[in-house]
Amino acid sequence: MQPFGLSFARALGTVALGLGLVLPGLARAQAPAGAANTFDAVKSRGQLVCGVNTGLAGFAQPDSQGVWRGFDAEYCRAIAAAIFGDATKVRFVPTTAQVRFTALQSGEVDVLSRNTTWTLSRDTSLGLDFAATNFFDGQGFMVKTSLGVKSAKELEGATICVQPGTTTEQNLSDWSRANRIKFTPVVIERLEEIVGAYISGRCDAYTTDVSGLAATRSAQPKPDDHLILPEVISKEPLALGVRQGDARFADVVRWTHFLLLSAEEFGVTQANVDKMANDPRPEVKRMFSKDGGLGPMLGLPELWAVNVVKAVGNYGELFDRTLKPIGIQRGPNALWTTGGLQYSPPFR
Amino acid sequence: MSDITLDTAAAKVPKAAPRTPPASQIGLPAWLRANLFSSWINTAVTLVVAYFLVRWAIGFVEWGIVNAVWSVPDNQTQACRDLRGIGACWAVITEKHRFILFGTYPYEEHWRPALCVLLFVGLYIVSAMRRFWRKELALVWIGVLTLIGVLMWGGVAGLTYVPQERWGGLVITLILATFGLAFAFPLAIVVALGRRSSLPAIKALCVLYVELIRGVPLISLLFMASVMFPLFLPEGMNIDKLLRAQLAIILFAGAYLAEVVRGGLQSLSKGQYEAADALGLSYWQKTGFIILPQALRMVIPPLVNTFIGFFKDTSLVLIIGIFDLLTAGKTAIIEPAWQGFGIEVYLTVGAIYFVFCFAMSKYSQGLEAELNRHRAR
Repeated sequence: MQPFGLSFARALGTVALGLGLVLPGLARAQAPAGAANTFDAVKSRGQLVCGVNTGLAGFAQPDSQGVWRGFDAEYCRAIAAAIFGDATKVRFVPTTAQVRFTALQSGEVDVLSRNTTWTLSRDTSLGLDFAATNFFDGQGFMVKTSLGVKSAKELEGATICVQPGTTTEQNLSDWSRANRIKFTPVVIERLEEIVGAYISGRCDAYTTDVSGLAATRSAQPKPDDHLILPEVISKEPLALGVRQGDARFADVVRWTHFLLLSAEEFGVTQANVDKMANDPRPEVKRMFSKDGGLGPMLGLPELWAVNVVKAVGNYGELFDRTLKPIGIQRGPNALWTTGGLQYSPPFR
Repeated sequence: MSDITLDTAAAKVPKAAPRTPPASQIGLPAWLRANLFSSWINTAVTLVVAYFLVRWAIGFVEWGIVNAVWSVPDNQTQACRDLRGIGACWAVITEKHRFILFGTYPYEEHWRPALCVLLFVGLYIVSAMRRFWRKELALVWIGVLTLIGVLMWGGVAGLTYVPQERWGGLVITLILATFGLAFAFPLAIVVALGRRSSLPAIKALCVLYVELIRGVPLISLLFMASVMFPLFLPEGMNIDKLLRAQLAIILFAGAYLAEVVRGGLQSLSKGQYEAADALGLSYWQKTGFIILPQALRMVIPPLVNTFIGFFKDTSLVLIIGIFDLLTAGKTAIIEPAWQGFGIEVYLTVGAIYFVFCFAMSKYSQGLEAELNRHRAR
């Protein structure tokens, strides 16, 4: 009898060899993405890889044809348009809340456009930098109009529906302690169920980010039966994330956002952007003409601003197209000129 | 009366025709009587259950067929919302079925994953027929799986390249399950044999592998594969997300299947091993001709049980952002216009899972009966 150990080892070796041959073929090197040269890597790859939510109404969700729609997805297109002059040169990678930061750190994605709240601990300890806040959100409350409540301070003794394990739950208890308001939390994990519980009257109020409340409200048969209370109990600045120490690419992302804001401020829209090269206002002319010289300072083509606005419109157009239909108002995301927080440094 | 003759007395009596038992002893009435109405308490229970079943069935038909809305123009779901739950909104399936089946795969290229699904199903059917159980079947598998890879990725033969992030839906579920089990099963056999090896190093290795993998949940393995693993790679190098998940599933399934196979190996009597040795067979001949055929035959039920479990476990990849069938279904109803039609989508997705799992289960029953016919004597 053959000493079976030997042949067994040989068989194992064959299997290992087989795997060794197969794996490198399947492993696809995705990005030569060193920390400092994402910009060059993106340009040489000819495509931006953008991490988006796996599905959040209004921000990022695939439509029936599988095309990514929403506010965050449009930002990916805007950045691609700035770099390549072509908004289609973007690859969307759906990332869950748990894997998003690793995906960015490991170079699987170039930029996170994924409703991520900018906090100190994330900024310092997760190996990422936040380039710009493109949406100011905050936690709020929604009640039924029939309840007659006009302020969150009147929620004493109420039952409040809240999702577990998120900062939402934490914010809620912090707020109740600070304001000495006692209530009964009803903790439900799944979105569908929590909305169902609120609608059926199991809870008096439902708390989550205001954007989420607005989306839920607008999906109801009669939105006017529900009221979003004026108190916002937390700050949730949703920001675009890039890898730490990647200053050039961060600039591109940041200034693409500022460009969208400035375009709205100056009344530049998808429809009229082509005429802006001859605009009498010097700053507008600098931004949108062929020899303004701003693009090359960022390492971008001269006509980057035209390309971006042509592709996705200005901030207001983008907002109206993606977030307004689900019932989100501009609120703090209005331009500074109309009392909001969205403010762009000058283009010069 | 004169024409009556004696000799006819016995002969003329018609041959006793085989008479059927009384109607109360056979057929449906008898079965009903024996099983449902044998005593007053059984009768009561039957009636109560039947009442609820019929009511539920009527309700379901009313909801699912009579009052249902089958399609709506341009995402205008008001017609569905006006039903307020008294009817199903199958329009969500009409609108979203391609997304549920193929995820974010480019819309014009949907024929490619559709063809892949058909190839998978064809592969299963061919592999299920015993007359095709030859060595060439392995080549067919390699050929078809390669073809599926080419179709999905493209980039050759005029097919446009489709990156992995855009794959989704049913085809992802089938890829993960098929590749997972196709690689895990041989791995499991090797590990099971290794665990019974008399060489301490090999044995220890196999025990370590099995116990380590079985000691952690699949979710944590998937997390390891998708969160930890990329951090260990040199910067810039990145293994495809789907491949990482696939490897995690193969390793996990391998450990469980190995224990199932080991169960089969242990159930064989020692005499089989000794007889094979006495015939002068080598280890591999003994294993291949004597031991494995008997051992695997014995463990068909637990094997299929594990297969079915893993087919459904593939839906756990949702936590790392891969759109399998279930996740695609969930994502389809995120769009505000379609929010709130989860029941219809989950029923559909459940039906698809059921078709595959039920087919597996039925097939294994047939196979078990056929392969173990000699035992039934």
